[in-house]
Amino acid sequence: MNQYIPVLLMFAAGAGVAVAMLGLSELLGPKLRFREKMEPFECGENQVVSPKRRFSVRFYLIAMMFIIFDIEAVFLFPWAVVFQSLGLFGFVEMMIFILVLAVGLVYVWKKGALEWE
Amino acid sequence: MEMAIFLVMGALSVGFSLVMILARKPVTSAMSLVAVMFCLAVLFALQSAHLIAILQILVYAGAIMVLFLFVIMLLNLREKEGEESHTKGYGQIFGGAIAFTILIVAVGSTSMSGSPAGLSSDRFGTTAEVGKILFTKYILPFEITSVLLLAALVGAVALVKLRMR
Amino acid sequence: MEMIPLPQISVGAIAPELTLVAAAMIILMLEVFTISKGRDNLAYVALAAVGVAGYLVIESLGSPMTTFSKMYVVDDFSGFIKLVCLLGAGMTILMSVKYTRDEGIDGGEYYSLLLFATTGMFFMVSGADLITIFLGLETMSISLYALAGYARGRLASNEASIKYFILGALSSAFMLYGMSMIYGAAGVTNLHEIARIIGQNKENIHLVMLGGGLVLIGFAFKISAVPFHMWTPDVYQGAPTPITAFMSAGPKAAAFAAFIRVFSDALISLQYQWWIIVWILAVLTMTVGNLIALSQENIKRMFAYSSIAHAGYILVGFTAGGKLGESAMLFYLLIYTFMNIGAFAIVAIVGQQGEERTSVSDFAGLGYRHPLLGLAMVALLFSLAGIPPTAGFWGKYYLFTAALDQGYVWLAILAALNSVIAVFYYLRVIVVMYMREEKGESLPQNAFPASIVVVILVAIYGSVLLGITPGGYLALAASSSLAH
Repeated sequence: MNQYIPVLLMFAAGAGVAVAMLGLSELLGPKLRFREKMEPFECGENQVVSPKRRFSVRFYLIAMMFIIFDIEAVFLFPWAVVFQSLGLFGFVEMMIFILVLAVGLVYVWKKGALEWE
Repeated sequence: MEMAIFLVMGALSVGFSLVMILARKPVTSAMSLVAVMFCLAVLFALQSAHLIAILQILVYAGAIMVLFLFVIMLLNLREKEGEESHTKGYGQIFGGAIAFTILIVAVGSTSMSGSPAGLSSDRFGTTAEVGKILFTKYILPFEITSVLLLAALVGAVALVKLRMR
Repeated sequence: MEMIPLPQISVGAIAPELTLVAAAMIILMLEVFTISKGRDNLAYVALAAVGVAGYLVIESLGSPMTTFSKMYVVDDFSGFIKLVCLLGAGMTILMSVKYTRDEGIDGGEYYSLLLFATTGMFFMVSGADLITIFLGLETMSISLYALAGYARGRLASNEASIKYFILGALSSAFMLYGMSMIYGAAGVTNLHEIARIIGQNKENIHLVMLGGGLVLIGFAFKISAVPFHMWTPDVYQGAPTPITAFMSAGPKAAAFAAFIRVFSDALISLQYQWWIIVWILAVLTMTVGNLIALSQENIKRMFAYSSIAHAGYILVGFTAGGKLGESAMLFYLLIYTFMNIGAFAIVAIVGQQGEERTSVSDFAGLGYRHPLLGLAMVALLFSLAGIPPTAGFWGKYYLFTAALDQGYVWLAILAALNSVIAVFYYLRVIVVMYMREEKGESLPQNAFPASIVVVILVAIYGSVLLGITPGGYLALAASSSLAH
């Protein structure tokens, strides 16, 4: 059980910093609330369009690609841990896995899916 | 100690799941789901399934929840749209109660004594153990996963890019 | 550092899958690295891959083996279904050549997704382990979700994709949850091992039953059995016509194959619990499918309900089980692929650009304007209706006699009644084609490229000639069944 204490401390520290930043700025910062201030900021101009409108589908695409390559990366963790005892077999195996997804990467790259235009 | 952590985390995950289902704002639901993921990650860690615990946070609470939040944000659900489903929920509650009862009966009558076959080691679930069987016994599913991911990637790009032209 | 013992793997066993994946990746690379003119030929790259895979599958017939830590099995059963899937894929690719050009669809991803879907089916039918089956199923489904929405200009296609995706994901969740319960009860995911463990130890039988029920729902969705069929009409109607044809053949055959393998292998000791459920599913699926098909005005929607009904007939064979039932199912899946894809090829020709003409009345006078096309449609519809001596008749005959053989008299009677109902809506199309006064103009000369003519000829071969001499294919189906 003791081995988890550093992890817990990390979590506590992370959460603490986040809470502290929000809490302190709430406590110490000057608070002047009026209607205009609560609106989205548009360079001092009055709000022209509602921020509530449909966004480009590209956001989803980027998020999708992130998940897919994230999952790919996740498989590397256990592989790295047992890499030496798997030998060449494990190396070839992972290279095939990466090659398949590398084809995907080349495809999205050349297709221009990574560009924003 | 382990039991105490299990009970606390179990209760928290059930609680946050309920919040997720009952919350009116989609964002609240999504954030409760993140909390559920964290609780589950702790439960996995308790079973010495460290890799799954980290995956739970990296992939689910991280990547997949980001996508969920994206969708919620971009779809712009007004609060009213979320409320409609709460006006008449008796059917859902009834169905849920039946499903819950069946589940309790089925799981309750299950003997929890035996450990999964072939996984008798205490260290099962640690990153090294997962690596050992993932890259030997489960080599075929592992490689199929890459094809699955590639198909998903191509499908997503094809649909989106086409619409852009 | 000590070395981990490596598993015995035989890469040769998955040669067909490797071919398909490699071709899909090559197509992707050609799509992004070649100039647009060369892309018309990507269909033929895909077709060549289907041919090579077919050759490799035929080579593997008769030499069963299990490899990859018993997760992958090569046997005649999987070989037969794989050939059905490849037949469906090949016919779809051929009928897509003109369609994609007319609709302005980019070829590359389209064909590689078709190949990915076929690869998924292969892993489903060869999966001897819940994990392999599930991964195959997902690979197939994800490719199909994207393909259903491929006609980006049409709202119906977008709708089809979204509906299919959401309901499909839900059904996958059901199946995965069920599999996890079976794993929880048995402690293994290998189908044989599950059968052995739950056969010996009845302690956890409730959990296995619940898990089996959820897996059953998942499969029922994939084969669009009533009451899990709701997605079918909208998806079949909205998806591009070649994709509709594709979805109605291969994926269904693969889902049936995995269904058979899981239930008649892993869950065989629960046979007396699940056969009654399958009996009810079969009756509901046939009856609801046929009755709703009667009132359809859109021909793709009508074929959607008809395909639901056909799934019901195949479930009759499943209920009967045994060598007779299984070989009847395999035979029916084969001829259904021929006749249904053929019918959809004609729907695609008549529909023309933008799929504007897909209502039944658009077929008015077709028999006079294009006598050969009309004749082909009549032959395919006769076969779908099960009128002798077409292959459709023999397929139904074997399914229903299998049910009778096992003593399911009522089931056979209900199935026979249903095939009578079905005759009405198939004949209605023929009546419209020949009896209704001619109103439309003739199809343009370029509506009949060689590729689609080949599809129709193959379909006619499979649904008419195969009906006159079914012997060889029937023997192959019989020798391919899992039961002995």
